[in-house]
Amino acid sequence: MVLKEIRLHGRGGQGAVTSTQVLAIAAFYDGMYSQAFPNFGVERTGAPVESYVRIDKKPINLRQHVYDPDYVIVLDSSLLDTVDVTSGMQKDGIIIVNTDKTEAELKKKLPGFNVHAIDITKIALEVIGKPFVNVAALGAFCALSKDVSLKALDKAIDELFTARGKAAIAQLNKKAAKAVADKCK
Amino acid sequence: MTKRVIEASHAIAIGAKLTRPDVIPMYPITPQTHVVEDLAQFINNGEMKCAMIDVESEHSAASAFLGSIAAGSRTFTATSSQGLLLMYEVLPIVSGMRLPGVMAVANRAVSAPISIWNDHSDAVSARDQGWIQLWVESSQEALDTVIQGVKISEDKGVMLPLMVCFDGFTLSHVFEQVDVPDQKTVDKFLPKFSLKHKLDIKNPKTFGPIGFPNSYMYFKKQQQDAMITSLDVIKKVNKDFKKSFGRSYGSGLLDLYKMGDADYAVLGMGTLCGTARVTIDKLRKQGKKVGMIKVRSLRPFPEKELQVAVKNLKALAVIDRHISLGQEGPLVTDVRSAIYCNDLTVNGYIAGLGGMDITVKLFEKVFSDLEKGKQNGSWLFD
Amino acid sequence: MKKKKQNFEQGAVVTKPGSSKNYHTGDWRVFRPIIDQSKCIKCYQCWQVCPDAAIRIDKKTERVEIDYDYCKGCLICVKQCPVKCIAKEVEKK
Repeated sequence: MVLKEIRLHGRGGQGAVTSTQVLAIAAFYDGMYSQAFPNFGVERTGAPVESYVRIDKKPINLRQHVYDPDYVIVLDSSLLDTVDVTSGMQKDGIIIVNTDKTEAELKKKLPGFNVHAIDITKIALEVIGKPFVNVAALGAFCALSKDVSLKALDKAIDELFTARGKAAIAQLNKKAAKAVADKCK
Repeated sequence: MTKRVIEASHAIAIGAKLTRPDVIPMYPITPQTHVVEDLAQFINNGEMKCAMIDVESEHSAASAFLGSIAAGSRTFTATSSQGLLLMYEVLPIVSGMRLPGVMAVANRAVSAPISIWNDHSDAVSARDQGWIQLWVESSQEALDTVIQGVKISEDKGVMLPLMVCFDGFTLSHVFEQVDVPDQKTVDKFLPKFSLKHKLDIKNPKTFGPIGFPNSYMYFKKQQQDAMITSLDVIKKVNKDFKKSFGRSYGSGLLDLYKMGDADYAVLGMGTLCGTARVTIDKLRKQGKKVGMIKVRSLRPFPEKELQVAVKNLKALAVIDRHISLGQEGPLVTDVRSAIYCNDLTVNGYIAGLGGMDITVKLFEKVFSDLEKGKQNGSWLFD
Repeated sequence: MKKKKQNFEQGAVVTKPGSSKNYHTGDWRVFRPIIDQSKCIKCYQCWQVCPDAAIRIDKKTERVEIDYDYCKGCLICVKQCPVKCIAKEVEKK
């Protein structure tokens, strides 16, 4: 595997930063080197935020922002109108969007890209009972990219949320991620 | 040792915990906050026994740092940007009183305009205050340097305070793999904290007295001698660290990358060196003989080692993440003064101020400037 | 001026405390305050205002005494005394 770069778009308070941290830990449990870091702007609820992950089988020295992502995850589809989520993306790159629209509708908006539309909010509301989509979205990433296993993801969710004293949420997040992954098969 | 993916700030906090400090005065400031939060958590969980002093400003944090060391306690603290500037008055007092202790500085730009993002303006502008300054590139190096720092600072020939400088956000908020050392190995590696003179009501002494014109300069000479001694101590501690932990960072003073046959090289400090490595790997594949010099120790500045490192170069570019307004980047001034006998083209570049990204593209431009024989650096906007 | 040999202790620590005691600041006094104990009412105001802490209270007699080793002869005590029982004399050297 060569260096893979992931860019996550979310809104302040949605947990985009936490999500990339979970993914970095998960990649580590699959025996890879990883790096997760936020691009903080205004630290304000609702403001568009970006957070990044790098995964490689070699140690990662690169410290610049992610400009040419292999994967993009969009946690809130309203961002498609305000942010160019495809910026720097390869044509065969995968874009995962949390939306209640159909894939066909989304492809019209993002022509030429490998777009996956999943209603993660709906699944999160069913499983968790709250619209926590950040970790659930990683289920889609695992299923579609195959770069990180669901097993490693579960371990990472346990580690991060237990460390923060939120073991109950960890269980629900794991269930939601699995449900999202199943939907992508 | 345990490998984990953690935040660099957490790595610094773990590093501090492993050195078993007695006292930690703390005052939070972005982007250093996670360091002191994590330490407070450790103390709260009972993972470390340590007196935490919740102070009301960075000036007080530095003052408490000074006082607790003088009272004979190993002390750690951390700050950033305007916080370091508020500490400024106390910085030369700690070093002048020859009090050893480690402070982590999450490097951040200084106002105005307000910026919470990374550059080196805070710590670089404090380089003349008698503190040893070690600059780190990765989370692993950050953790390891806190441990090394305690040993260097408390060396009997040194006895100077030390800053571990790590890039705010660009490193402080990065999650990556870190090999966390065992407490046992660290305990073996570090000496017990001891001072020749400490504050003691049973055995009173005067600390911080007046230095009359006939003595002040002698004390400054002693500090300078200690700084020069620390050059060897930093190297030795880095070597000993390798024996105990299996890792080291260049010579301890400089870290050279692919410099063996290099014609052109860049020189810098902190995380930008990682991106420079990636650029060099890329250009080497195109057959270009390029390399990098990472300055790990800004104070003391390793003049002699640098003279040897640049010997076979055709040109060198120095990347400053700070500008001495009205002059140039302070790093390029230091480099020019150190190697002026080498008769080498040295171009000074200003980059990455206030969090502007330093990218592979920028390094490619710098190397192409050098190849073309350009005699001047420039400001690099991404 | 001849240079005195100095000891430059690391960090400028003065290892023996109380070095200011060696300076007998009373040496350069011009006026000497003298207490008339028969008029003194033991109000201790002189003791309170002395800027050099050169006036002490004898615990047994409860009387004030002037330590002439350190009294600089500023005469604040003379001015302060409500019963005017402290006189001043020119110091003979």
